[in-house]
This record gives sequence, structure tokens and C-alpha cells, in this order.
Amino acid sequence: MQSVVPVHGVMAEFDNPSEFVAAIHAVKEAGYEGFDAYSPMPVEEAAEAMGLHGSRLPLIVLCGGITGFCFGYALAYWTGVINYPLNIGGRPLHSWPAYIPVLFECTVLFAALTAVFGMLGLNGLPQHYHPVFNVERFALASKNRFFVCIEATDPKFELEDTKRFLQSLTPVAVSEVES
Amino acid sequence: MAESKFFESDFELAADHVLRRWQRPALGIGGLALGASLLGAIVWPTQFYQAWLVAFLYWLGLALGSMAILVLQNITGGRWGATIRRPLEAAAGTVPMMALAFVPIVVGLPVLYEWARPDVVAHDHILQMKAFYLNKPFFLGRAAFYFLVWSALSRQLIRWSTEQDEEGHSERRAGRVHSASLAGLILYVLTITFAAIDWGMSLTPHWFSHIYGLVFGIGQVLTAMTLMIMVTAMTADRRPMSKVATPERFHDLGKLLFAFVMVWGYFNLSQFLIIWSADLPEEVPWYLDRITGGWQVLMIVLVLVHFLLPFGLLLSRSFKRNPKTLVRVAALLLVARYLDLYWWITPVFSPGHFTMDPMHVVTLMGIGGVWLWAFLTNLARRPLLAFNDPVVALELEKA
Repeated sequence: MQSVVPVHGVMAEFDNPSEFVAAIHAVKEAGYEGFDAYSPMPVEEAAEAMGLHGSRLPLIVLCGGITGFCFGYALAYWTGVINYPLNIGGRPLHSWPAYIPVLFECTVLFAALTAVFGMLGLNGLPQHYHPVFNVERFALASKNRFFVCIEATDPKFELEDTKRFLQSLTPVAVSEVES
Repeated sequence: MAESKFFESDFELAADHVLRRWQRPALGIGGLALGASLLGAIVWPTQFYQAWLVAFLYWLGLALGSMAILVLQNITGGRWGATIRRPLEAAAGTVPMMALAFVPIVVGLPVLYEWARPDVVAHDHILQMKAFYLNKPFFLGRAAFYFLVWSALSRQLIRWSTEQDEEGHSERRAGRVHSASLAGLILYVLTITFAAIDWGMSLTPHWFSHIYGLVFGIGQVLTAMTLMIMVTAMTADRRPMSKVATPERFHDLGKLLFAFVMVWGYFNLSQFLIIWSADLPEEVPWYLDRITGGWQVLMIVLVLVHFLLPFGLLLSRSFKRNPKTLVRVAALLLVARYLDLYWWITPVFSPGHFTMDPMHVVTLMGIGGVWLWAFLTNLARRPLLAFNDPVVALELEKA
């Protein structure tokens, strides 16, 4: 009925996490790459099945932390040695032990901010529109249902074939997703 | 408990397991080294007492640190403790034995502590003012009290755990374990603070640092955690223990180790930074004695192997989840713990001049061999998993 409307993909609905994880494995095995999975709670095995553990975020956070460290050092050095040199108890101007709390705080601050914004940058949130919400039952993804959606951009995607394939995984329902 | 695929007897330490095979050699080596130490005590009493103090504090750290982690596990009930309850109990069970190892310190009191030498006190006004606390009878009374508290706590916790093995889980007992552990954690922090002041800080009786006890305490907990990681990795070499000691559990232990390393660094830096900032003549000598005449090399090594290197390695997720890599950093830290105590204690007897006496090696092996034997004997006595522990039951369900 909605053959004139461009299709975002085909979505299968599951009512328990184990079938959901099995479906992800099956989709991967069938050779699909452009797909996504939605679940109301973290399912460690699903993330593993999708190979999502190789996130670049930790590395980005590390870089953020190192940047913070360098920034803190530059800040402390510039204020203490260059801009406003003060003789405090006869100590050398470049008294690095006193910098340590500043370095620690700057490292943590930069790392934490990078973690938040890096996470948002990588997962593309916040998003004002996503086609999956065109499927009415998808609201259940934040309650008690699990969804796997194979997207039309996948080279293997073939509307009827993909539908039949998802049906074979014995889901609760399979629906087309309008884009 | 629901029907399980495993039997309690599956988790007994197998007779051919390497931890069992170490039992007798440990006792043999320990006995020989103890004999050598006692011979040394006759010929070089001063060196003997000084070395014994460091070795005693090191091995005591494993026992008391394990007791501290055990009460922490009892209070929080986290799944991280599923694999280490028995090793913790085995180590905490050696606390009463460590009271025996304290005897040489009692004998060598005047050799080690200048406040115990009347001729020194007679010419030292500060020590005379401190004599109400730093005197022999009170010192010995306090030590007896610490050991009493530690022994009673560890014995009672082990007894309840054994009862749980035999009679199953009961809410009433769990409640008692919880309250006793809460009290135990508070008592541990208080007693270890005072014990550290008595046994370590009073070596330099003019000097004081308020965080001294906490540095000692976190050192003990860190030492114990390295042992727990090593024991878990060693027992996980075969089924069914390998089913329970999963990467998730090593990840947990690795995270705790990481946290303890950071707390150790934080406490040490707190003490250093405050003394460095104030730059007072009664405080700085403690550091001056430890950063001159070769001691500074040890200090730099400590900053590297006790903090920077483990910190960098433990940042990585995969590093913590792999028992093979985690064990290596645990072993490194176990060595670093001794170096740290050495750097804290020994410069008192040789300020500004690095020394290393063979007595340190024999006493370390002497107490260590016997300690290890006692620990392994305790460990082999019961199955490696506390089967009726709710935390363990969760892990078994998943396995």
C-alpha cells in the first residue's frame, strides 16, 4: 500500500532479548551490514553481536584528558612564571609540585567534557527526526519490545526478500518503515 | 538455591593444583629463612630488628588488607567479590598468626624506637611531653588491643561464612554479617591509623603527619588486591572455576586495583604537597632523609612502578579483562608494595644513605614462606567458591 513512499527499511519486532540477540546474529550472518538494533535496556550480548565494542570514544577521551593536562600546565606556567612571577617562600618560580592539583582538575574536566560531547558527536544525538518512529509499534522499544531494522541503504536490501528473511526469524511482527 | 549444574565439590582446590604444590616448599623455605633470621638476630641484632619490622608490616598488609576488602564486600555485596571471598577469608584467617610475628618487635623495642630508650628521653623535652602516649606498657597494650580486634573480627566473619556453607543462606545471619562488617570497617580504619602511628610514625617521634595511617591502610588494601587477582587467575586455569572467573570479574578486580593505585597516589601526594608547601623545619626532614644519598632513586622507581606505569596500563579496558595481562601488573605492584614500605621505614635507620642488608631478604622470606603456607592451607581447606553466597549463586546461574 505504501509502495510509492520511499522505504527506510524493514523492521522486525521481538518480545524477548534472547531471540533479539539471535536475530542480530542471523542478520549479520546473512551478510547485511546496514542495520540497527533497538532495545529498552542495555543488552550486553547484542552490543557484542553487533561488534559495537570497538568504540573510538575512549581514545577521544584520552586525547581530551591529555589536552587538559597540557592546558593546565601551560596555564600554571604562564601565570606563575611569565605573567605574574611572585617569590613565594624563596621557591623557584617554576614550582611544579604546586601545579599537580591544577593539572589533575584540568585533566578530569577536559576528559569529562570530551566524554559527553564526544558521545553526542559519535551517536548523532540529539536528532529531531528518525524514520523508525513512523512505525507506530516502535514506541514499545522504550517499554518491552526489541527491534531489528535492516535499512534500504544496504546493498543486499531487496524489499520482499528482506521481509521474507526477517519473517523467517519468527518475530512478533515485520513492518516496512517509511522514510 | 535453585538446582545448579555444579556441585560444591567441583570447586575444591585439586590435589595436583600448583597452589597446593606450593604449600610445603613455602613452609620449608620459610622455616629455613626464619632459622637464618634468628641466627642473624644473635649476630646482628640491630639489622635483624630493622629488617623484621619492614617484613612484618609487609605480610601483615596482605592479611589485614584482605580483611578490609572482605568487610567491604560484605557491606556492598557487589558481584566483584564472587570469586575472591574464599581467598580473602584465607588471608584474613592468618591475622592471629601475625600476632606471633609481632613478638620480635616487642623484644627489639628499644633498638627500634628512640622513645623507648630512657637515656634519649632524659635529654629530649618533646619526648618527655609525649611519654604519656609513647611508653612501653601503653604501646604493648595498644598492640594487644589491635590484634584482639582484628583476630576477633576475621575469625567471626570466617565462622559465619562456614556456617553459611553448611546450613545455607539465612537472612538473619546475613544481617549480622552486615552489621559486624559495618562496625568492622570503622574499627579497621581506626585501628590501622593508630597501629601505623605506633609502629611506623613513632620511629621518628618528633615528626607527625595526619594522613600517615590512611596511607598505610590503602597500601594494605592494595597489597591484598594484587594477591586476590593472582589467586583468581591461578585457580581459573581449569573448569569449572574458569566458568565463574569471567572477563567481567577480572574487569571488576582490575577496576578496583586501578582505584586503589590512584588512592595510594592521592594520599601520598596529599602528605607530600602539604609538607612541601608549608616547608616547616619540623616536617621536611622526613622527606629530606628519603630524597638524598641514593634514596631518591628508590623514590623515582616508586613513582614509576607504583603509580605511573600501573596507572597507564590499567586505563585500558582490554588490559583489565585479560587475566594474563592483569596478573602481570598485579605482580609488579606486589613488588612495589615492598619497595614502598622499605622507603617509608628503612631511611629512619639510615637517613640520607641508602642501605640494603641481607637480613631484609631472609626476614622477608621467613615470614613470607610461613605466611604463604598458612594462607594456602586455609585456602585448600574449603571449596574455592562460597556456594550459598547469593552473589556466587548469581554467577553460577549465568555460568
